[in-house]
Amino acid sequence: MSDAKQYDVVVIGSGPGGLAAAISAKKTGADRVLIIERDVEPGGILLQCIHNGFGVEVFKQDLPGPAYAQRFIDEAFQVGVEFMLDTMVLEITRERRITAVSRKHGFVELQARAVVLAMGCRERTRAQIRLPGHRPAGVYTAGTAQRWVNVEGYMPGKRFVILGSGDIGMIMARRLTYEGAKVERVLEVMPYLSGLTRNYVQCLLDNDIELQLRHTVRRILGKNRVEAVEAVAVDEQMNYIPGTEEIIPCDTLLLSVGLIPENELSRQAGVAIDPITGGPFVDDSFQTSVPGIFSAGNVVHVYDLVDWVTEAGLTAGKSAARLVRSGLAAGDGPALPLKAGENVRYVVPHTLRPDHLADGDIRVQLRVRQPLERPVWVELRSGDKLLHRKGEPYARPGEMITLPVRPNLMDELKAAGELTVAVVAR
Amino acid sequence: MPTQMEKVICVTCPKGCTLEVTREAETILKVEKAGCNRGTRYAQQELTDPRRMVATSVRIRGGLHPLLPVHTSAPFPKPRIRELLEALRRVEVQAPVELNQVILPDALGTGIDIRASRSMAPVHSAD
Ligand SMILES: Cc1cc2nc3c(=O)[nH]c(=O)nc-3n(C[C@H](O)[C@H](O)[C@H](O)COP(=O)(O)OP(=O)(O)OC[C@H]3O[C@@H](n4cnc5c(N)ncnc54)[C@H](O)[C@@H]3O)c2cc1C
Ligand code: SF4
Repeated sequence: MSDAKQYDVVVIGSGPGGLAAAISAKKTGADRVLIIERDVEPGGILLQCIHNGFGVEVFKQDLPGPAYAQRFIDEAFQVGVEFMLDTMVLEITRERRITAVSRKHGFVELQARAVVLAMGCRERTRAQIRLPGHRPAGVYTAGTAQRWVNVEGYMPGKRFVILGSGDIGMIMARRLTYEGAKVERVLEVMPYLSGLTRNYVQCLLDNDIELQLRHTVRRILGKNRVEAVEAVAVDEQMNYIPGTEEIIPCDTLLLSVGLIPENELSRQAGVAIDPITGGPFVDDSFQTSVPGIFSAGNVVHVYDLVDWVTEAGLTAGKSAARLVRSGLAAGDGPALPLKAGENVRYVVPHTLRPDHLADGDIRVQLRVRQPLERPVWVELRSGDKLLHRKGEPYARPGEMITLPVRPNLMDELKAAGELTVAVVAR
Repeated sequence: MPTQMEKVICVTCPKGCTLEVTREAETILKVEKAGCNRGTRYAQQELTDPRRMVATSVRIRGGLHPLLPVHTSAPFPKPRIRELLEALRRVEVQAPVELNQVILPDALGTGIDIRASRSMAPVHSAD
């Protein structure tokens, strides 16, 4: 093994997931911990999310995105995490050899004893939703527009239509209104909101921006620049309903049609990817199918709240440090598969080791397939046997549900086989 | 006097409970369906003096980026948000700036400060 620099833990990405992983790895005994980040400064996507609302759930504090990030950036420097900024990771191997390039360091090769993947996610683009029409200027993803408006100080247009009711789209609708633009409409193809209800209230209702559910863009008009979009209603089967077409004049169309975990590097390393989440299969310590490679944050599945990303990062970092200290998770009992049951689209982690409950709760997180606008039970079952359940006032696909599994279930789980999680009406 | 029931969505936390508020003119009689007691306070506030946290940006000279994100130190009266944004468009600061540094004290005489949402170190540029 040549001259490659050696690290205990190398974290790819400096968003909240990566920062938390690096901090906890360092604090729990890993010696040399490095974060590699392609941007010129650490913080990840939060740096462009200048709105408030971060940290409410877990930290009971309502912070703007950059302020939330800064808490962890400052802490990472304090505990001695090393940073390599403006550096793009090109490849990771199964053996955890990392290749990266940067302006300052040139071509770099590193060897890590454990890797934490924390590359976040990217936005779905026009190609992925198959929008017909010319390709005039003025069609952007909402996140790209967010970076322009909030960081670079550049307004991409004056009259906007936003396709998709995801949080980024709704937050941008308010932001653009604040900056003096007119948001003509937000269109959502599903019969329900895809982002958080609070964003519907404080971004759309507060600013008199109209939301149309069961509507989409059929066509973009304009040759060099967007001049209008043709909106249309859709039926249950997602077919256009003739006669409902409407031309909405605008100069910019923003797409807020979903995020996909960023896993090119993971695939190269041979990490198995769940086709439903788009992220790696992980166990409850956030280890992927490749031993020594962990993952945390939006790279695993798209979170709606940063607090959970931080929590996941803390767990992944701690697990990585443990592996570095004591080799492959020795002495851990078998892992139970955890499957999505009734009305559950997916559940993370994919496997669970009852022995890990000795260290405290394991958080099971899931999204439902269909909205249930009434009280529900979130149930953990083994076959027909109900092991644990938690009540929620409702269940919506846009809002992730967390089911904490407590240490007192350890013995029962040890005796269980395959586990399923279901969400049923109460 | 007739009582009326209104639905108010609480935006205090991401749960977004739909509160059912019963009131008689200006007096709130009861708030139901709140996931926690912050919801009751929110309903009271929302129906008498609605406020929102406001986050925007101001221009900054000599920093890594041309804009500095800023936010209100407390929820700001909703009807005056436009006016606040207008005022902030005229503000320009100089790097370095520290997280939570007051950028505009007592905005529009509300007693609410506008604070920096991040630190920004100075960058030496050509000019
Ligand atoms: C627009 C928007 C609005 C949001 N609003 C809220 C909100 O109001 N409240 C809330 O709680 N949550 C919100 N979230 C969610 C929260 O911000 C995210 O869940 C969180 O930032 C994800 O963190 P992460 O560390 O997984 O990824 P990111 O923050 O995306 O960080 C990933 C990092 O990896 C780097 N990277 C990727 N590939 C490479 C590579 N090959 N080499 C080197 N570096 C690489 C990227 O540059 C980036 O810095 C929002 C998210 C978005 C996108
Ligand atoms: S009532 Fe409580 S739980 Fe419900 S949204 Fe408001 S703060 Fe959150």
